[in-house]
Amino acid sequence: MLSSILLAAEEAVEAAESGGLPQLDASTWPSQIFWLAVTFAILYWLMSSYFLPRIGGAIEERRDRIADDLDKAAESKRLAEEAEAAFNRSLGEARIRARAIAGEARDEAAAEIVAMQKEADASLAGKTAEAEKRIHDMKANAAAKVREAANDTTRAIVEALILETPTDAVVSAAVAKAVKA
Amino acid sequence: MIHAMLHPLEALGLQAAGPMEQFQILPIIPLTLGDIDISFTNSALWMTIGVAAIIVFFAMATGRRALIPGRLQSMAEILHEFVANLVRDTIGHDGKKFFPYVFTLFIYIFVANYFGLIPSIPGSAHELHTFTTTSHIIVTFSLAMVTITIVLVYGFAKNGLKFLKLFAPAGLPFVLYFLIVPIEIISFLSRPISLGVRLFANMLAGHIILKLFAGFVISLLGAGGFAMILSIAPFLGSVAIFLLEFLVAGLQAYVFAILTCIYLSDAAHAAEH
Amino acid sequence: MDVEAAKLIGAGIAAIPLAGAGVGLGLIFGNFLAGAFRNPSAAAANQQTMLLAFALTEFTGLLGFVIAMIILYAF
Repeated sequence: MLSSILLAAEEAVEAAESGGLPQLDASTWPSQIFWLAVTFAILYWLMSSYFLPRIGGAIEERRDRIADDLDKAAESKRLAEEAEAAFNRSLGEARIRARAIAGEARDEAAAEIVAMQKEADASLAGKTAEAEKRIHDMKANAAAKVREAANDTTRAIVEALILETPTDAVVSAAVAKAVKA
Repeated sequence: MIHAMLHPLEALGLQAAGPMEQFQILPIIPLTLGDIDISFTNSALWMTIGVAAIIVFFAMATGRRALIPGRLQSMAEILHEFVANLVRDTIGHDGKKFFPYVFTLFIYIFVANYFGLIPSIPGSAHELHTFTTTSHIIVTFSLAMVTITIVLVYGFAKNGLKFLKLFAPAGLPFVLYFLIVPIEIISFLSRPISLGVRLFANMLAGHIILKLFAGFVISLLGAGGFAMILSIAPFLGSVAIFLLEFLVAGLQAYVFAILTCIYLSDAAHAAEH
Repeated sequence: MDVEAAKLIGAGIAAIPLAGAGVGLGLIFGNFLAGAFRNPSAAAANQQTMLLAFALTEFTGLLGFVIAMIILYAF
């Protein structure tokens, strides 16, 4: 190993002393160009016909897939939005209907109340009138009884005083006169 | 002159080699094609290792084409998207057919740069030391020439003679064309040179500086005494340079790819100028 | 003058462009930071442009370095 290093070093020293820059030693150029062409051509052929289409294909596939998935997601979103809109619409309708029903019920109840009130008012008025009539009757009755009693008293007084029984007409006229006075 | 400070430390198994030794091209399997020497060298070995590593990585990353990517597949996809965005942003719609080329170029240079930064196994044969293939101007210049050839061929094929409009931007006063056209032609001709030399120079300079700092450490350690304590300074320096080189290795691959894209974009849109 | 000495002097002179590259890199990063502090939300988008400018500017300095290396080793 050591001998090969020394040999190589000697060679290098010789080359450096004789040729100067190894890059400018034209005798090595054909070999370098040849192997550059061979390796580069192989790499180019493999790249252009095999590797790059595969990588590009994979990237393209993924891009398509992502675009596809995005489309699907957009479609799902659209459907969800539609469903939400439909829900909101039906919700609004239900609300309106509920409001209408509530209004109707309120109106009905109010009408019922009014009717009941009227009925109550009517029955009350009837009862009042009856009561008033009864009071009036009782008043009139009482008044008639009072007058009769007055007539009777008057007649008794007159009989006791003059021993004569006055006629009813005279008595009542006299009582009425006295009452007026 | 550099060899003056060559100070072997056989006891440590360490050896301060000259900064240029790492760029030596050493044949491993001698081959000839006719009269041309196409030996399998250490440069070819590291090109092969780099490409093999890329192939293994991508084979593992794309083996299971999962919808939810694993770690390797994610890395491959990030690389793919990174280069695809680069191509799309600079070239536009016409860029798609150049994508495999730009991607291959990017990944090839990227891996070559980073594999060159792996430290060699101490004591291994010089032929097996890590070798930065992109530190050789002929490699980077060849890659640049491939790009420029594609630009020229595609430019003329797509735009016909209107491609020459590239050298004569529309809407200038007539007299200015005598000035602008030569400048544009020179700038176009200098493109492959600057493209190739940029990558080459970055790799060369980085590795030379790394090696110089490492050499200082070895020399100071070899000097013994107080100098051994001082060796911490070049050691920290080499760590800092290594971090810079780590940035530069990725950045230069990116720059090479983006400049390729810009030149291809010129070719694609030459007629619209 | 000795050729060896002239090579060393030439290599040293060829390293001077590094100063220009340093100034240029300072301008790039300084201006990027100034812009990034004024509008932090736009900083990330311009980072790639900054790195590209960094690489392009660094190249001019490296060109000097390469010339120094060529002077030292190639002649």
